[in-house]
This record gives sequence, C-alpha cells and structure tokens, in this order.
Amino acid sequence: MDYLLTEEQTMLQELALQVAQERIKPVRAELDEKEIFPRDLMREMAQADLFGVIIPEEYGGLGLGCLESCLVLEAIGSACVGVGTTFAATFLGAYPYLLYGSEEQKNRYLPVLARGEQLAAFALTESQAGSDAGAIQTTAIRDGDSYVLNGTKQWITNAGEASIYTIIALTDRTKGPRGASAFIVEATDPGISFGKKEHKMGIRASATAEVILQDCRIPADRLIGKEGLGFIIALRTLDYARPGVGSLALGLAQGALEEAVLFARERQQFGQAIISFQAIQHMLANMATNLEAARALVYAVARYIDQKPREFSKEGAMAKLFPTDMAMQVTTDAVQVLGGHGYMREYPVEKMMRDAKILQIFEGTNQILRNIIGQALNKEYTKKR
Amino acid sequence: MKIIVCVKQVPETQDVRLDPVTHNLLREGVKSIINPFDLYALEEGLRIREQQGGTVTVLTMGPPQAEAALREALTYGADQGILLSDRAFAGADTWATAFTLAAAVRKLGGADVIFCGKQAIDGDTAQVGPELAAFLDIPQVAWARKLTFVGPERLQVERLLDHGYDLVEVQLPALITVVKEINEPRLPSFKAKLKAKAATIPVYSLSDLGLTENQVGLKGSFTRVVRVFPPPARGQREILQGAPEELAAALWGRLQQMHLR
Repeated sequence: MDYLLTEEQTMLQELALQVAQERIKPVRAELDEKEIFPRDLMREMAQADLFGVIIPEEYGGLGLGCLESCLVLEAIGSACVGVGTTFAATFLGAYPYLLYGSEEQKNRYLPVLARGEQLAAFALTESQAGSDAGAIQTTAIRDGDSYVLNGTKQWITNAGEASIYTIIALTDRTKGPRGASAFIVEATDPGISFGKKEHKMGIRASATAEVILQDCRIPADRLIGKEGLGFIIALRTLDYARPGVGSLALGLAQGALEEAVLFARERQQFGQAIISFQAIQHMLANMATNLEAARALVYAVARYIDQKPREFSKEGAMAKLFPTDMAMQVTTDAVQVLGGHGYMREYPVEKMMRDAKILQIFEGTNQILRNIIGQALNKEYTKKR
Repeated sequence: MKIIVCVKQVPETQDVRLDPVTHNLLREGVKSIINPFDLYALEEGLRIREQQGGTVTVLTMGPPQAEAALREALTYGADQGILLSDRAFAGADTWATAFTLAAAVRKLGGADVIFCGKQAIDGDTAQVGPELAAFLDIPQVAWARKLTFVGPERLQVERLLDHGYDLVEVQLPALITVVKEINEPRLPSFKAKLKAKAATIPVYSLSDLGLTENQVGLKGSFTRVVRVFPPPARGQREILQGAPEELAAALWGRLQQMHLR
C-alpha cells in the first residue's frame, strides 16, 4: 500500500527501520530472555535523532507530528515492542509539559529528552487506581515554595531508569478528580525511590516498577499548568499517546505476519509447502487484511491529530483499540501457522504473542477505550438533536 | 582539528565478476556501498571531531556515481564530501590513486589527521593509505585498533597484528588506517540525512588539481593487471591428533623425514 508519505516521512521511516533491523532485531531475544533494559539501544536511537521527533525545533527536536511519531513507533515495534515501549514511555512522560508546561519547564526538560540524554516516565496508575484513575491517593501538599508529595505509583514504565517523572497527585482531596495536579519530579529529588523491577509476561526488555514518594519535596515551579488541571493533562496526554500504542501494534503484527508467511512458504507437509493449503492461506489473508485496515485507521487518525482538532479522544481511542485487538489476533494466528515451532522460544512469534497482550491493557484498557468511544458517540448525538 | 577521511565506493557483493579482457571489475547491476572498513575510518574521524572539535571532510575518487558514497557519508554526520572525478582518472592503480588523493589533500590545505580503512574489499591491496602518506610526506600508522590523544598533537596508537598489538606514538599530522576492531560505526541521523540530501558535492577535475594526464589514471599507473584468478586450492593436508607430547614427537619425525631440521 502507498500511504502517500512525503519524502521526509519516508526517510524517517527508513531510518527507524534500519535501527530496528540492524540494531534491535539481533538482540531482541536476549533482551527478552534476560530482562535487559535496552540502554545502549536508547543511546543509538538518540544518536539517530529519533528522540526528537515530536519535540519542537526550538527545543532541539525535529518538530514533527503525530504521523511521524507513529511511523517511527511502527518501525521499532516491528522488531521489539519491549524496546518500543521503553522508547515511547519518554514521550508519554514529556507530553504533559510539552503541551501545558511553562517556558522554563520546556527549556529545562525538552532539549535533554530530544537529545536522548535522559529518559522520562509518566506516573498515574496506583494499586487502587487503574481504570478508575480518579481513585488515586497520592497527595501533593503546598508548603511555602515547595510541594511535598506522598504516595506510591504502580507499574510505571521506565521507573528507576528515567531521570524525569510526571506525577499525577491530589492537591485538594475534597475536589475529587478536579483536585488533581501534574508535577515534574526528578530522580535526584529527595524522597523519590523505586520498587523492585516487575517480572512480566511480555515486553520484558522494558523496566516496570513502583515509584515511591515519601515526603518528596520539590520546588513549586514543578507544577505543570495550574492546580486542578492534573486529570485534564493526563487524559490529553493519553489522547496523544494512543495512536503511538496502535503503531507499536502495527509493527508487531507486521513482524508476525512476515514470520508466518516466510514459514508457511518453507514448511513442507503432505509433500508441499503449507502455504499452498487454503486453511493457511485464509488465515494469512485475514491477518494481512486486518493489519492493513488497522494501519489505514492509525495513519488517518494521526493525520487528523496533526490538523490540531479541538477534540479527538474518540479517534485517539479508536487508533489504539482496533490495532491492538488486531495485533493480539495476528500474533496468536502467527503462532498457529508456525504450529509447534511457533510455541518454541527459538522462533520469535511466541514473544510477539506475549508482547501483544499488554497493548490491550496499558494506556487505557480496550474496555475503557470502548467506554470513551461510546460516551463520545452519546455526546455527539445529544448535540445533533 | 582538520580531519580527512578517504572512502572508496565498492560493489556490495562478495561474488564479483571480472571483465575477461580488461580484468577490471564488472560493476553493472551490482549495488555500490562504501567500503566497509572505510565506515570505521569515518566513525573514528567523527569521534575525534566530537572529542577535539573541528571538521570531517570525506574524500573519494571515482566515477560521477561515487557521489552517492559521499552523500551516504554525510548522513553519518561528516561536514562535507569532495569527489575527485575526471575521465583522465580512470584505470588508476594504487600509486596513481594515492597521487591524485594527495593533490586533493594539498588543495584542501592539508589535514591534521587522515583516516582510511585498512583496505578495500574489492582490490584488497591495502596500499592507497600508506602511499598517500608517502606522497604527503607525513607519518602513517596502519591497522589501528585504538587511538588515544597523549598530547595536543600526539596520538598513541594500538596497531593490531596477528599475535598481539604494537603500541606506537605518532606526531600529527599523520595518516591512520583502521581495522574493524577500532569502533562500532554509528547509525545515520535524521538531521544529517536531511542535510545530505540538500548538500552540494564539489567535484575536483584534473585541472582543478593542477595535474597532467600523464600523472593520473591508467597513464600515471606503474602496474597493469595482467590476469586475475582465484588462488589455487591448498595442497594435501594432514591433521595430526593426540596428546601434546605425541604431537611434538610426530611433528619432529615428519620434519626429519622432510629433511627440514
């Protein structure tokens, strides 16, 4: 398919694919097996300017948009979603101050992220606040020129590896979700520490841990935007990030489809290559068709977001929901096409199937995303009447 | 620091075909790449620039399409590329090639350090680097696997040998040829790719270099390729097996039989 990419977009895509093929693919199995954090790969991706994609040029980035970031994430995801998640988590951490930060905050944090010198993380989830994000307990109490933060954030990607954390905490418990605010906490601030690294089913190259805040005192100018904007900032950040998760799913499914087709062409049973059987052909055909449909959706939504619409929660949710469900199906089918081989660790598809599952869970479970889409529809039709 | 890196565009395939009459490489239909060893030379040049400041100029001699190799070098972050191209340069042996490169280096006002790959994967002579140093009358260190600045203009170099390494020091300006062990070449960067696409690549011709036809190309070459052939298969071999003492005794017996003692 030709998605009418510009020459510049194609160049960026080729560069990201080169990183994926030459640097990530050869090491992905080992990173997964041994749960190695891909620090060297992050350095290489930084050197290739990939960390600068969404950061404006005045802060040392490339000043490109959502579609370009999707192209990069799709390419990286085609080699390893664990590495892709590590990479993408920095953008998730950066969107809050990129979108709502003061000039001082942007100048201080965006250039080091654009150069890939430091990684960022985004911390919203807590043990009692997953899909019900409004139930967070972490507090930030104003004390003179400081805020003092207390609470524990759970399952935070890049925790312990990132230098810059966006923390959503309650500044006013009485106001419920309207009492939440967003803060920037640095890894060197007093009172921040990290829990043990979690052992996960998939994306095992990525680091996931608790962020523990115990009387963590930070300067008051680390508040992003204003007090009370915490959830608006968090939800907007997720709106922007969701097509990126969808893109990781596109890459993952592409990688799985390629493994399945190549295997089916090679594998001989009943005296012929198994791709000659319709049972296999139809599976591959469904995989390819659903993948292409998902890609068309993600690119269309990304282009829409790049036009700066006022509201795009529904479209952002769709651009994560459909591709990640698709990737789960495609990777499962890839394992089926490879049969017993697919179930073995010598082949990459079992890892792809394990990696796919998280994409349906994080950054809004696919059930929550359906709620968002459903609520948006309800709202749209209320207006129309 | 003024850094020059010499690169050569070579056919990608290991399976080269030869013109049966001229014995030259048949390049048609074969994708061209930068000689792999030269990418390590370029990487080292870029690292020295990052460490010491300065500029990296990439130099190649070849047909007009060799410009692609220079543009590729720019995607890794080189500052400029210069192509030496003229019909008169065609058919050059290593002497005439180095002579032409030397004229270009002089035209550029010399360099503090010149990097080359240890050899090209097509000709495999490993001569052009050292010859270039000779024409420029600067010291050369071949097969470098590690460089360390020990003074503002002084480099300590580890030279990779078959059974270990030489540790030498060299005063700049100097020419260094590098082996693959010296570094891990970086990936291109997006910003450099954009710049490379728009870059103008100056072309130096015979007259630009102030040379005459007899000094360059086939006319300026002392050697002619008479025949190219694969090396003959190795003769009969025998592998001795056993404990070290038995092996020593067996080998000694065999040498005595061959009257080699």
